Amino acid sequence: MPLFDRLYNFACWLTQDRNEAEDLVQETYAKALKGFSSFQQGTNFRAWMYRILRNAFLNSRTGLKTGATVPLDVEGNEDVLPPVGETPESVLLQRSDWELVQQGLDQLPVPYREVLLLCEVEETSYRDIAGTLGVPIGTVMSRLSRARQALRTVVLKMQAGPKV
Amino acid sequence: MSFDPWTGRLDAYLDGELSVEDTRAMEEHLRGCSACGAAMVARTQEKRAIRAVSQRYAPDPAFRTRIRESIAPRPARWKNFWAQGLAVAAMLIIVIGASLIVVNRERANGRQLIGELADQHVATLASSNPVDVVSTDRHTVKPWFAGKIPFSFNLPELQGSSFVLVGGRIAYLRQSPGAELVFQVRQHRISVFIFQERAFGRARIADFNQGSIAFNVRSWTANGLDYFAISDVSGGDLNELVKLFEAAD
Repeated sequence: MPLFDRLYNFACWLTQDRNEAEDLVQETYAKALKGFSSFQQGTNFRAWMYRILRNAFLNSRTGLKTGATVPLDVEGNEDVLPPVGETPESVLLQRSDWELVQQGLDQLPVPYREVLLLCEVEETSYRDIAGTLGVPIGTVMSRLSRARQALRTVVLKMQAGPKV
Repeated sequence: MSFDPWTGRLDAYLDGELSVEDTRAMEEHLRGCSACGAAMVARTQEKRAIRAVSQRYAPDPAFRTRIRESIAPRPARWKNFWAQGLAVAAMLIIVIGASLIVVNRERANGRQLIGELADQHVATLASSNPVDVVSTDRHTVKPWFAGKIPFSFNLPELQGSSFVLVGGRIAYLRQSPGAELVFQVRQHRISVFIFQERAFGRARIADFNQGSIAFNVRSWTANGLDYFAISDVSGGDLNELVKLFEAAD
């Protein structure tokens, strides 16, 4: 079950809790088996699995609590996300900054974290991310841009302060 | 050339989301705009960092077993032959789908590996101090690596060839230390990366579609080491350098 490891990793990043992540992955496989007839041949199987997992998360206690279900999914409604402030377009990251990047990802709001993970780690296309998140491609692009800027802001802030 | 609006499209370029025409235009622009070139290096490092730190959670083996058992068909419970067949088909689709993902993942892994090497090559080209040991003498460059990396390698004899050794530096790729050797041929620079064999699992150059980056790449394995040569020189030039390396082994 190769996809299993990646779904589990994604679930952990969403929930920040290993037990909840296990529940999510279990629910995902159960729902995939039960509802596989809804999977359309020729479409992206991986994106389908991630969508099931994400929907399960949105309906979970943590998902509801983190506010991931606020209506972000209307293009142009990105202003409900936290402002990212003044951030340079690029920050030169050294290898020694990787720990800060990890801490920065932990601090990001779920909608930013999930879009970054889908793009950077899962190397999912904008179109498939849009399918997984249920938003237009334009929203994926703007959310990704804001997520990257938010991460830079957090990392810069930590770089300026004493390193842990 | 102006910095904008190209900078706004850098992310889409690095995410592989630009059309072929736009990709070509962006690469043309990057060749002449040092500001965008620097921004690209910074963003590729950012992407690499996110990728590296994001894959940190691994499932417990007992949990894996539990899930595997939970999706396995249970024939004794099902009396309906068709329902059983349907469930087996569902499981097969999920397993086959997952297997295809593994194959694609290995290909993506190969692409990502070469992409990271290309990033390092670009960073070397952009750096004012591209190498840590500066010498055209292989008998100076090779000993410099002794004790700094966990292996030794042979450098080719370049006398009579069009290649000149510029120097070398330590390279790190996916937590593995290796050597980056920089050569010059005419006005072009070539980076040759050397790492211990299988340091990157099953990611192979054969899986890499070279059309997606603007460099020529060659890879080969010798004496338990993986070699990657990357440059904007012609494939013929790169092949010639590879032959010199192979002759040295």
